[in-house]
Amino acid sequence: MGAARRALSAAALTAVAALVLAPVLAGLAVTLAMSAGHLPALGLSGPDAGPWLRLGAQPGLAQAVALTLWTGGAAAALSLALAFAAAPALHGSRAARLLAPLIGAPHAALAVGFAFLVAPWGWLARLFSPWATGWDVPPDWPTVNDPLGLALIAGLVLKEAPFLTFVLLAALAQRPVARDLAAARALGYGPRAAWRLAVLPACWPAVRLPVMIVLAYALSAVDPALILGPTLPPTLPVLTLRWFAAGETAMVLPGAAAAVAQALLVAAAILGFLGAERLWRARLAAQAARGDRGRPGRPGRGAALVVALPAAGAFAALALWSVAGRWPFPAALPATWSAEAWGGGQGLWRAAAATAGIGALSVALALALAILWLQLAGPLARAAEAAMALPLIVPPTAFAFGLAVALLRIGLDPGWPAVVAGHLAFVFPYVLIVLAGPWRAFDPALLRAAAAVGAGPVRRLAAVRLPVMLRPLCTAAAVGFAVSASQYLPTLTLGGGRVRTLTTEAVALASGGDRRVAAAFGLLAAALPVAVYLTAQALPGAVWRNRRALRGSP
Amino acid sequence: MRAVFALAALLALAAPATAGDWEDTLAAARGQTVWWHAWGGDPRTNAFIAEVAAEVQAAYGVQLEHVRLSDTAEAVNRVLAERAAGRDAGGAVDLIWINGPNFAAMKAAGLLHCGFVAQLPNARFVDLGPGAAAATDFTLPTEGCESPWRLARFVLFHDPARVADPPSSMAALADWAAANPGRLTHPDAANFMGATFLKQALVELAPDRDVLALPPTDAAWAVATAPLWDWYDRLRPNLWRAGRQFPENETALIQMLGDGAVDFAMAFDPAAAANAVIRGVLPDTVRTVAFPGGTLGNVSFVAIPYNASARAGAMVVANHLLDPAVQARAQDIRVLGAYSVLDPARLDAPARAAFDALPGHPALPTLDALGPTLPEPHPGWMTRLAEEWARRVAR
Repeated sequence: MGAARRALSAAALTAVAALVLAPVLAGLAVTLAMSAGHLPALGLSGPDAGPWLRLGAQPGLAQAVALTLWTGGAAAALSLALAFAAAPALHGSRAARLLAPLIGAPHAALAVGFAFLVAPWGWLARLFSPWATGWDVPPDWPTVNDPLGLALIAGLVLKEAPFLTFVLLAALAQRPVARDLAAARALGYGPRAAWRLAVLPACWPAVRLPVMIVLAYALSAVDPALILGPTLPPTLPVLTLRWFAAGETAMVLPGAAAAVAQALLVAAAILGFLGAERLWRARLAAQAARGDRGRPGRPGRGAALVVALPAAGAFAALALWSVAGRWPFPAALPATWSAEAWGGGQGLWRAAAATAGIGALSVALALALAILWLQLAGPLARAAEAAMALPLIVPPTAFAFGLAVALLRIGLDPGWPAVVAGHLAFVFPYVLIVLAGPWRAFDPALLRAAAAVGAGPVRRLAAVRLPVMLRPLCTAAAVGFAVSASQYLPTLTLGGGRVRTLTTEAVALASGGDRRVAAAFGLLAAALPVAVYLTAQALPGAVWRNRRALRGSP
Repeated sequence: MRAVFALAALLALAAPATAGDWEDTLAAARGQTVWWHAWGGDPRTNAFIAEVAAEVQAAYGVQLEHVRLSDTAEAVNRVLAERAAGRDAGGAVDLIWINGPNFAAMKAAGLLHCGFVAQLPNARFVDLGPGAAAATDFTLPTEGCESPWRLARFVLFHDPARVADPPSSMAALADWAAANPGRLTHPDAANFMGATFLKQALVELAPDRDVLALPPTDAAWAVATAPLWDWYDRLRPNLWRAGRQFPENETALIQMLGDGAVDFAMAFDPAAAANAVIRGVLPDTVRTVAFPGGTLGNVSFVAIPYNASARAGAMVVANHLLDPAVQARAQDIRVLGAYSVLDPARLDAPARAAFDALPGHPALPTLDALGPTLPEPHPGWMTRLAEEWARRVAR
């Protein structure tokens, strides 16, 4: 590769990175400036410790921070433990495909469904009342919005454990699992210990970044916390949202300080995770060195069921409520049925169209940029790829509000374009992660053969590489769409209230809307990405039905 | 540029509306998109706004977009932020469903386009005389800065199958809660419904109601709210979840009544109970409680921010909302049940007949049955009530 080409490729990569990261970095910078008392629009210029002092004086702040660390940390740890427990049983099994709805559904949709399942008035209580419980009114139990955040932890785990399981299964697919297991078993290790000591640690490098993403998400999530989390006080991200949205201008600067504190919290948690990782490695090494063969017994499917059953119940509860007419407590089924929630009066189909449109646009942009990125990629790009995961680690509260202020400053209206640009920051890293592996594993002989018959670089890409890579491209598009459809805070702040997606509406309706309407929004929010995913899985087979080698393994 | 606008507004205020002016407004409005920022917590109101959007599109070529708010303060802040950023034209908000403290704040900060109500042809059906309900918002004169569109009344409702003899005053409600702990709650006071519940108690319990018409001074606040907090301290331990958790808004509370989790729900709309019965959220035995001492009432308005992008379109929508046929349909309990702001004396016979012919509903009280309308306190009281409540509850 010539120096000129290297310089060109570096410049192009920088441009892509800047385009994708610009919203996050600009938002972060404005938030930082505001937290230091700097907001020229209001005639304030920092630095000034006032916002931090006022933040410190807020009632319930310490409790909110403690709750955030507890719920986020517990949810991430539990998700990881469940994923490790479930992966051995699901490895090589078709049951793993059932993970798709859980991975595709937005957090908010799953959280609404979980609330509809376990709330005191929820489906679970109805199924067992009054015959088993004696309840003819809902019990006065805080099963959602509980002060300890247990419902929030459960809601996060329902979504994150399947995600980590999926990542783990993908990593396992790249490993000689049977050989490693056989070797460990031959040395006398029980099946569980063989997985724990020989197979799973080898997958760890592929799981580390996703675990950090899960940890960052669980600490910073706004939408599940709004739906399932504690209320007096709520977690820090919800408190931050309240200060920004409730709108007293006096709380904007302390809100920015809270957003920065949130970012510091995530950074501290990731450092904690890295520390825990070292301890865990040392323990594994010690167990191996001791020659501890572990207890006998096969890995079971219990862990998978712990997640799958409540999730199935959540979707069933949403489906029932969305077609309910009157549904008095404690009836297990609606007394009358109604399709009204699925009508147009509440904007369901408009929100679905907006979700689909924004998703399609951000995915198309992300795919184009990712292909450009990989096409130009040298060794340089691999290091830069890690940096592109930044938007997945930085808390949304830490940049979304700052970004809204920045947009207003430069005279850009909130609306579709701003929302698509914001979504791109989240969609791009996922698309890149999905595409990078298959791209680099691509058989270069095909490209050489095309070059030999005179195809130029553009034709080699368009006529050879992309068609052959149809399956990973479809998977990347489906994953990207799910990511876009699940965005809550960026859509809310960058859309300025004008852009309503299924997710933003489901969250708004969850705690204070008509249950039937909320259920219809939640269910459709979950169904849309899953439908896109199923289509993406079926598409390569349909397009290449007469090209057996191109169909890829489904 | 702003000076020109201000001058134009002054001239408009001075000169009586003429048909020619309105023709100009209609012409300017055609093709405009009006972003109406309005509370989105009631499905039937949302559906009504969607109908209105279809009508103004068909009749005037105005595209109406409903931006659903969970709190009207969001729109106020948006306009505030725009002014802070120096965007004095081309703002994102064209029309706001507003009243009370939000109106007071916007009017005081000069964030509203004032004097437009007199230009609306349908304003002739409304009593806008000095002190009239439709020209007064929480004791403040509206001065043409907002146009009325529906009436609001505080109502409490219950299921007589569960509570045969409901309390008929806020004081009696605390006694009832003491006898039935855990069966009553109210929305979070950060929500307007929760704040209104406290305000109803304030008005009933205040030693001297007249001071409530003025901004709260520290001295007046201490005297007027002392009985309220005594009452609330007695009530709170007997609330649902011992007053440590509150439903987010009235919609959530109404659903709790439907589940039987509590025995009362409340709304700021006399038709709310009937609406919930029709939608199947409440059993059809539910009735509205009569308060012989009266309940708080006010008028809901629409206002146009000073920097609205589609001022003419917003005026067309405000005018359409005052159309006697639209008002009669809004008051129809099968549609919305929102009581009209029009003055019956100003309507012609067919229009009056349309209102008289509207059907009733067992859960829909007549305005007479609701007792006297208690006037809203000055907006300062509501703001301070919500803050003080948050302070007390966070402890």
